[in-house]
Amino acid sequence: MIIDIRQLEFRWQADSTTVLSIASLEVAKGECLFVKGPSGSGKSTLLSLLAGVTTASAGTVRVMDQPLERLGSVQRDHFRADHIGYIFQMFNLIPYLSVIDNVLLPCRFSARRRGQALARAKDLETEARRLLGHLDLDHPELHRRAVTTLSVGQQQRVAAARALMGTPELLIADEPTSSLDTDRRESFIRLLFDECREVGTTLIFVSHDASLEKLFDRTVDLAEINCHATGTVGA
Amino acid sequence: MAIFALAWQSLLNRRFTAMLTVVSIALSVTLLVGVERLRTEARLSFANTLSGTDLIVGARSGPVQLLLYSVFRIGDATNNISWKSYQDIAAHPLVKWTVPVSLGDSHRGFRVLGTTSAYFDHYRYARDRALVITDGRRFADLYDAVLGAEVAERLGYRVNDPIVVAHGASDVRFARHDDKPFRVVGILARTGTPVDRTVHVGLEAIEAIHIDWQSGAPIPGVSVSAEQARKLDLTPNAITAALVGLKSKVATFRVQRFVNDYPEEPLSAILPGAALSQLWELIGIAENALLIVSVFVVVVGLFGMLTALLTSLNERRREMAILRSVGARPGHVFALIMGEAGFLTLLGSVVGLALLYLLLLAGQPVIESRFGIFIGISALSSHEWTLLSAVVTAGFVVGGIPSYRAYRLSLADGLSVRV
Ligand SMILES: Nc1ncnc2c1ncn2[C@@H]1O[C@H](COP(=O)(O)OP(=O)(O)OP(=O)(O)O)[C@@H](O)[C@H]1O
Ligand SMILES: [Mg+2]
Repeated sequence: MIIDIRQLEFRWQADSTTVLSIASLEVAKGECLFVKGPSGSGKSTLLSLLAGVTTASAGTVRVMDQPLERLGSVQRDHFRADHIGYIFQMFNLIPYLSVIDNVLLPCRFSARRRGQALARAKDLETEARRLLGHLDLDHPELHRRAVTTLSVGQQQRVAAARALMGTPELLIADEPTSSLDTDRRESFIRLLFDECREVGTTLIFVSHDASLEKLFDRTVDLAEINCHATGTVGA
Repeated sequence: MAIFALAWQSLLNRRFTAMLTVVSIALSVTLLVGVERLRTEARLSFANTLSGTDLIVGARSGPVQLLLYSVFRIGDATNNISWKSYQDIAAHPLVKWTVPVSLGDSHRGFRVLGTTSAYFDHYRYARDRALVITDGRRFADLYDAVLGAEVAERLGYRVNDPIVVAHGASDVRFARHDDKPFRVVGILARTGTPVDRTVHVGLEAIEAIHIDWQSGAPIPGVSVSAEQARKLDLTPNAITAALVGLKSKVATFRVQRFVNDYPEEPLSAILPGAALSQLWELIGIAENALLIVSVFVVVVGLFGMLTALLTSLNERRREMAILRSVGARPGHVFALIMGEAGFLTLLGSVVGLALLYLLLLAGQPVIESRFGIFIGISALSSHEWTLLSAVVTAGFVVGGIPSYRAYRLSLADGLSVRV
């Protein structure tokens, strides 16, 4: 299991109400998981927990057999740098960096990701170009452009290339397609799948667009597994 | 290290505002170090208004008063030195040279100084610089006059022009020595010292123009023409002060004691350097005010940077969430802003210094000729280094404020992108 959540309780503040209460959630390595749920149901919060930015108030969140709440904040930051790729809903790119430099970012913070990228290509830039090529961004002219001049769809694909750089074990995407039109959504997801399958990366994909559900191996509905509303802890 | 490369690229992206910050810091550094440099040089140059002279001898009075009238031509002597006393001092075995100074007359607001040719040999200012006659020559004839640069410039005199000396400090018709006009024979180069505002004539000439005067007024019925005066004995009875050079500086205090204990007349001998710095203490308050103002300019410059950094933070919260998503720690975010503040401060300081040296190079000849202050283009003094490192430290401290704020924000925001 790459992800193993047990008896998770989460509150943003010690005195606020519980946002997440998940008895159990397991994700196998290489799985492509679709997470859905209404707005405010705690999807982004769950992803923050998986990425180790926040920690469980109770229970455990294991990623790659590592209980994240046992790590210090610096160790969790390292853990994220080494093992997790993250795609935001939009505006993923750092405006003052070129396309290539944006893709290379994870390698600046993780020696492990740099090493894994170099294992696949003779240098980091070649690997970045290869990934961009796989995501239908192989035009060299594009790589030189200021990232702010890219279309939203192109920006999301650059973000995907960055998240995949150095083959992280876990790829987390928080509504990455909500700013794309329907056709683009599907092709974007298929490109992600191809890349993830090739290196065996596990994909956690959040969206409230149920039409995408059919493309994934499995769907988790937060409204169902999150018991905080009823106050009961499901089995 | 990666984070500093990012900080650099981020700065390049905002190069226009960054440049403005650098310029404002640079200008404030230029001002601060420049004021400090000018202050030191002005003080040095002031202390060297008269150099090479070991003692100034005059009638008994306080050192500042003696200095004021003998060197700065401000105020009047309470008493004179008799010619005999002057001769005795000149004959002292440890005395190398003496220059007599006789004051009391003026020409259109400029003081007239009676002296000997030795004045041009021994007068030194600004670290051993001698007087230079740019036009003409020293006085040789009885009625020759050598003008200071400012006198010549302000009154538009050239060599060979006639001038009339007046009795006392005010130039009024009835007190003019118009029966014995002088001729300009030389004009001195600008020194930035009171010499520029002085009319120099021979000691005998002072005697000659007063030969038919008594207690400040012409003797009624007595008139000695300029030509008649030439034939008379023009050895003065008294002089106002004397500049004294010694054979060895070690002897200074012995000769000073000799003068102060001179039995026939109450005299004072002062060390010009000591008296000059005593005088500087009095007028040096303004320079401190100047330094304080330039310190405030630096503070304003740094506040400009603080404002720029704090306003940029809100726009950069997304950037910070992205960085955290790729594994940056909140500490990295701190370093990102701190690196920027530090870089801006350092660059500002370097640019400011470069600008200062450029200005010094360009301004040195002008300042020297206009004000007689010679500003050395030397490396930074230890005091200037202290000032500079205080600026840089202040820059880092100021940078700490937005850096800490960014740190707190990135801890609180995590991966959620707030704008
Ligand atoms: N940083 C935070 N501090 C405090 N409360 C927060 C924070 N982030 C989210 N919340 C709260 O946690 C709850 C879950 O929010 P979350 O963002 O996880 O929902 P979501 O399912 O991602 O919604 P959406 O589909 O709109 O993105 C909400 O009630 C939200 O107000
Ligand atoms: Mg969300």
